[in-house]
Amino acid sequence: MTGFTRRDSIAVGAGAIVGAGALGSTPALSAIPVAKVDPPKQPIEAGATLRVIRPTKFVDPDEVVWNENTAKFTKATGVQVRTDFVGWEDIRAQVAVAARTGAGPDVVAGWANDPHLYTDKILDMTELATYLGKKYGGWGRLPEIYGKKFGTNQWISIPMGCGGGALVYRKSWVNEAGYAAPPDDLEKFLDLCRKLHKNGHPVGWALGNSQGDGNGTATWLLWAHGGYQVDEAGKVAINRKETIAALKYGAELYKTFIPGTLSWLDPSNNKAYLAEEISMTSNGVSIYFVAKTGGAKGDANMARIAADTEHARNPGSFQGRAPEAANTLNAMVFKHTKYPNAAKEYLRFLMEADQYDNWLTQCLGYWAHPLLAFDQSDCWKSDPKILAYRDAQKMTFWDGYKGPITAGAAAATAEYILVQMFAGVCAGQSTPEEAVKEAERRLTRIYKKG
Amino acid sequence: MDATTWKPSRAEPNWLARLFDYKPFLIFICLLPAVGLLLAFLTYPLGLGIYLAFTDTEIGGNGEWVGLDNFISLMDDPIFLTSVWNTLFYTFTATVLKFALGLWLALLLNHHIPFKSFLRAIILLPYITPTVLSAIAFWWIYDPQFSIISYVLVDRLHILDHYIDFLGTPWAARWSLIVANVWRGIPFVAITLLAGLQTISPSLYEAALLDGASPWQSFRHITSPLLMPILAIVMTFSVLFTFTDFQLVYAITRGGPINSTHLMATLAFQRGIPGAQLGEGAAIAVAMIPFLIFATLFSYYALGRRKWQQGSDND
Repeated sequence: MTGFTRRDSIAVGAGAIVGAGALGSTPALSAIPVAKVDPPKQPIEAGATLRVIRPTKFVDPDEVVWNENTAKFTKATGVQVRTDFVGWEDIRAQVAVAARTGAGPDVVAGWANDPHLYTDKILDMTELATYLGKKYGGWGRLPEIYGKKFGTNQWISIPMGCGGGALVYRKSWVNEAGYAAPPDDLEKFLDLCRKLHKNGHPVGWALGNSQGDGNGTATWLLWAHGGYQVDEAGKVAINRKETIAALKYGAELYKTFIPGTLSWLDPSNNKAYLAEEISMTSNGVSIYFVAKTGGAKGDANMARIAADTEHARNPGSFQGRAPEAANTLNAMVFKHTKYPNAAKEYLRFLMEADQYDNWLTQCLGYWAHPLLAFDQSDCWKSDPKILAYRDAQKMTFWDGYKGPITAGAAAATAEYILVQMFAGVCAGQSTPEEAVKEAERRLTRIYKKG
Repeated sequence: MDATTWKPSRAEPNWLARLFDYKPFLIFICLLPAVGLLLAFLTYPLGLGIYLAFTDTEIGGNGEWVGLDNFISLMDDPIFLTSVWNTLFYTFTATVLKFALGLWLALLLNHHIPFKSFLRAIILLPYITPTVLSAIAFWWIYDPQFSIISYVLVDRLHILDHYIDFLGTPWAARWSLIVANVWRGIPFVAITLLAGLQTISPSLYEAALLDGASPWQSFRHITSPLLMPILAIVMTFSVLFTFTDFQLVYAITRGGPINSTHLMATLAFQRGIPGAQLGEGAAIAVAMIPFLIFATLFSYYALGRRKWQQGSDND
């Protein structure tokens, strides 16, 4: 532990570093190419009020700027909006109850697949989505997958941001192991990890029951080898030789990990990386965000880590596609709302460049833009290191790949079926064949229910 | 007018007063709040939970009656069977440890020691701290990279050469959780048994001393039998709370690694709420009921019903 005390790691773990001051004042509107398109006619109802729920922040500006933009909307239109920031694990249940009872929030910006579970209970978004797409250079591939009803051209939700992951690594240690940058080829990547382990700078990916990172590790390894949990028709297809290959690779890779990753929850790899215990992991921009803002505040260790940190795509691109999805914030409006136009106007307002660019930049690109015109945002020009997060919306894999997005896909993620398949093999508890059979049994049961 | 002719005139009580004088009505009214609370917050959720266990309800969707389908599929589910085994092991081990250590602590506290009251109050602290807070503290203590225990043993005392992986392997995680649970539970057992010990009349000990009894003999023949009733009660509660423990396991390991620390309560929650399969979650929860009934009956019949407690000779 090189001078990184427990107290520091508590501060880091709490993630309480506010970025607004460190990043500078609100940037002027950058040159986002905007086409001249008329907004859809959505006259706001008289006396409208809105209730919005969305997940809690990972970085402070996420909440601060969201509230600022909401206040701007209220000032411009007179519509009172109340936003509730709900814990990630609770939001799915709250949405389910609201959908079931027909009461509760009007707008939900939540899990990417929730709109697909309640297609008959939410408003159609095609007009608004088409307008936004025309105005801002089109939608990325992933937002299209999450925003449209599977297999159709009908928009059921407005994807607001793609929180992508990327490989986060210490440049000096990777160079020391004899590589200029982490290679895309999986065999070479394994060799790099082995060398890093030998040099005393092991790597680490979460394999515990963690929603974001744990599932991310499992799906990365599976998709990189050409595996998938269900086929296009939704039939369970995990029991294939590609899955076995992925599991064998994972077991080899696990030998280069720091001990303890089987119990890692979502913040664990952040903590370990910032304590310089690991040299490489996959994560959202939150690790770099904390290091950069800490360094800006005068913490020499953080500054050093930030300077030495680089990002790249996860290795193992499959047929030219990076084996990643992105955690997409997907906004839907319930049919039971009393003010449908106000709700749609609210979403339109938040997605317009004046508001969206501010949010995008202040969060240091934590929620990457779904609309392609924002590729030109100053956010991505401010720091070349976060470019890896810019392209989250171009990902072509999704939660539940490659089948339709259903409650079954959501349940499979919530139950960590893929994570435990990998964890069991890495721990030596089961052979790849046994692990695949067990995963198949569980997936079949879950997908059978819908 | 004199005392013989005075007729006391008292107004006939109105109907409301007579109603409240009517005993059955009064009983009903007085019980209504308590029974109402019990029905609303106990009977209804319990009944609904049991009903849901026989359906395939999902959160946000209607379910249909499927009979024993959930239970049948759970019988074949290795994760469910692991969680049952985990729960039994966790409850048994933690209870034995809590009682051994709690009884020992109670016996120690029973003596006249300086600052007796202060010590007895301090002893309760682990129990009254909110579970989640102590769980998060234990999570830090057990962290693979930041554990204070590892730090002391490796960096300060140089006894070990690598950090302990408390939660990364199944058995280490199980024992770590048991230790956390025992730490939390000892005060409850200790304080209750202490209360029991205080009710034992010292004259019995004096008589035993006069008869030449050794400390072990007086423990075995005086303390132990007289403590049995309260031990039975405390054990019932302790087993119930430990069996249904959720917060500690959920906050520290979420049931990992690889389901090795899943208790039935945490598995029911994970399947039912984030996994959105309410029927299956309810079935797992309902599967706990037979165990709990057995534990309660065992405590009652095996421990609490010595004949002499009912008034006859020692038996």
